[in-house]
Amino acid sequence: MFPGHGGRRSILYSANKAFLKALAMLALPLSMAAQNPFKGDSSAAKAGEYEFRINCALCHGLGAHGGGRGPDLTRAQKKHTHNDAEMFQVISNGIPGTAMPANGTNGQGVGMTETEIWQIITYIRSQEAKAAATSSGDAAHGRELFFGDGNCSMCHMVDGKGGRLGPDLTGVGGSRTREALIDSIRNPSRRLAWGLTEPTKEFPQEYETVTAVTANGKEIKGVAMNEDGFTVQIMDQSEHIHLLQKDKLKSFQKSRESMMPKYEPDTLSDKEVDDIVAFLASLGAK
Amino acid sequence: MKRPISSSELRFAQRWKSGASVPRRGEKNIAGFSPRQTLGLKAIRIQATSAALKGRLFHGIVKAIAILGFVLSRLDLSSAQVTFERILNSSKEPHNWLTYSGDYSGKRFSALDQINAANAKTLVAKWVYQTGATGKFETTPLVVDGILYATAPDNRAFALDARSGRPIWLYQRQVPSDIRPCCGRVNRGMAILGDKVIFGTLDAHVIALDAKTGAVRWDVEAADYRIGHSFTVAPLAVKNLIIIGVSGGEYGIRGFIDAYDADSGQRKWRFYTVPGPGEPGHDTWGGESWKVGGAPAWNTGTYDPATNQIFWPTGNPAPSNRGAGRVGDNLYSNSLLALNVETGKLNWYLQLTKHDEHDWDATQVPILIDKDGKKLIAQADRNGYFYVIDRTNGKLISATPYGKTTWSDSKDADGRPVANKNASPTLEGHTVCPGALGSTNFMPPTYDPQTGLFYVTSRDQCDIFSTAPQPYEPGHAFYGSAYFPSEEAEPYLGFLKAIDPVTGEIKQKFQHTSPTWSGTLSTAGGLVFSGDAEGNFIAFDASSLKPLWHFQMGGAVYAGPMGYSVDGKEYVAIAAGNAIYAFGLP
Repeated sequence: MFPGHGGRRSILYSANKAFLKALAMLALPLSMAAQNPFKGDSSAAKAGEYEFRINCALCHGLGAHGGGRGPDLTRAQKKHTHNDAEMFQVISNGIPGTAMPANGTNGQGVGMTETEIWQIITYIRSQEAKAAATSSGDAAHGRELFFGDGNCSMCHMVDGKGGRLGPDLTGVGGSRTREALIDSIRNPSRRLAWGLTEPTKEFPQEYETVTAVTANGKEIKGVAMNEDGFTVQIMDQSEHIHLLQKDKLKSFQKSRESMMPKYEPDTLSDKEVDDIVAFLASLGAK
Repeated sequence: MKRPISSSELRFAQRWKSGASVPRRGEKNIAGFSPRQTLGLKAIRIQATSAALKGRLFHGIVKAIAILGFVLSRLDLSSAQVTFERILNSSKEPHNWLTYSGDYSGKRFSALDQINAANAKTLVAKWVYQTGATGKFETTPLVVDGILYATAPDNRAFALDARSGRPIWLYQRQVPSDIRPCCGRVNRGMAILGDKVIFGTLDAHVIALDAKTGAVRWDVEAADYRIGHSFTVAPLAVKNLIIIGVSGGEYGIRGFIDAYDADSGQRKWRFYTVPGPGEPGHDTWGGESWKVGGAPAWNTGTYDPATNQIFWPTGNPAPSNRGAGRVGDNLYSNSLLALNVETGKLNWYLQLTKHDEHDWDATQVPILIDKDGKKLIAQADRNGYFYVIDRTNGKLISATPYGKTTWSDSKDADGRPVANKNASPTLEGHTVCPGALGSTNFMPPTYDPQTGLFYVTSRDQCDIFSTAPQPYEPGHAFYGSAYFPSEEAEPYLGFLKAIDPVTGEIKQKFQHTSPTWSGTLSTAGGLVFSGDAEGNFIAFDASSLKPLWHFQMGGAVYAGPMGYSVDGKEYVAIAAGNAIYAFGLP
């Protein structure tokens, strides 16, 4: 033990170890028996806040309010977990098919001990009480706008209906804050969808706008589905996929200016944006 | 979990040596005078003296010649031994790659020129070897006389036919279930000396394997993995010593560099990179912080035979991103050390980042360059500065930014960049460039004596550093602050840069689609090889850095390339994804 640090935590840690040992002696599978040993413990929540910053904030943001990559965890209702034990499993094992990695597998950093995972869960629970009020908008009207006058569904899909040029928004209400959704409508270019950096990256998924001019002068404009130094895979505005070799092109340009139009208040009023956000949030809460 | 062994590998199953096997200590060197060879010599004498009849005599002579031939061929094996002299004179055998960086100077330059700027566009994949391992694959293979040796994640080591990629032996040591190595279950390679290959394991053992069979020749536990020690570095073989530095800067270990006797595995010296009480530099650590001071030594250093010194770089002080508990410069973290190779005594040091709070390990290969009569060391550091050092005395000649940096706007009397007041992490988070991953990292650079340029993979990324105090607990992560990419700085940019090592000027650069973790290789064919995060292996013109050829390997690159030749045919090999790829002319 290194003097001058964490005497209190050390006691907590020992107590927790004893607890886990007792569990092991009962030979109960952890997933069945797991209860948060720190439930409601404010000092554990504080330790958990720091662990959260180190291990989770990259995607879920400082304060657990969600970032460009991960859901807002201050919402009481979670998509993948209903209780502490499930949250422990999700943090330990990740969520297949999503960017949520299993503990210690992203190839960077040390990963978390069981104690640290429980501290993080305690912290997340402590933040839920302060969660922002949900949207006051009219979800039914938002749905009409999404598939109608708002033209959102020309490029975005919800529940299998809509376009493909932008991200599928079926689950976005459960993974982004109201503020982030409003910002994405008002200032789509301020933050393109954020890709993941290596080593968890397979697709950049950044929806960068690309313009390629082929050897015979044909211009192809769309979003990059993937790209490397020598090839690019583009979906154009008609949802055609073009597989291009960069050295065969007359020109190739990328832009962080989104293809999505900037919705000013004269196009969509604050109330209408609120309704669309309420619609998306109602989907995410399913 | 081990991968299932395929039927074609079944015949190697007996050679798959479990790490649990008892090390055969002190076993005789196969190319020395083994009992079998003594028997052979005796047989010749008996045959010669007992022959009475001509026919029998003739028969005896034929047999004697056959046996003599056998004996001589056996004795001839001694020439296949990788002696210190061979590594010292590796430029005389450019078909081999005898040490991590290709030679003791760390240049990672292949003197082969069959593959060159004129024909590089015709390169093809000659073979692929799938390791079955998962995770980042950081190894640099060695090649000796047609056999390729390498390590892979999860304590794997293997030998392949360097012409075909077919395995000769495989070794894997069980990884303890309670291990949590930082940054992946990686390994960057091995050393070869005599008839042994030597590598370090994730559970902090140093293991010597028989180069011919993969059998364990000796196995030494260097430190306790349960409190965060591990080995990921490729050791360096010098004289009869195996030099290896420890990993574990994220756990508050006390860093060290060890030297082991190559024959016995006996430890000859240990240099603690954090000085203890009474030692010079101890007073650069506030209070008891030295006990958990970190300063690991996880990348391979270089060796200067003229002065009998090794130059070994060290990593971050612990906790890596919080300086509050460790007031002072924190020697010898983030330093370049010059050690007497035989005694481990410190001759000089140069600390590249003082009192680091951004995880800027100085663990980059320090390349020895002789230029205009000057004996230099060039090191492209993770903190964003390119350092040129007089290696005769450790004096800094220049420090020039080669990537995006915001942390320093002044230099000290020695010319070292000094952190500005705003560089420290804050509770609410504060953006600093470069980010924690650095302007470069462990990926090996190269120096091409033909162009006179230093090539390095670099990254422009800024991070938000936000304090997150953690108490020290043995074996637990000990960072003290969080960091994550700053949105303002997106997208992050990745480059291959060619730097004039005299002036620090960037002469050429190539921008990758995204930052890469690939190392570099320069060759006498006027080429520089490197890989990208999207899985391409690329041959660049060494002067213009124009890509001349590429191949999509299907997995990101985290390793440095190397070159060799067999039967007069040149190959360039690299680890990518979970496999080793070898390329050559059609």
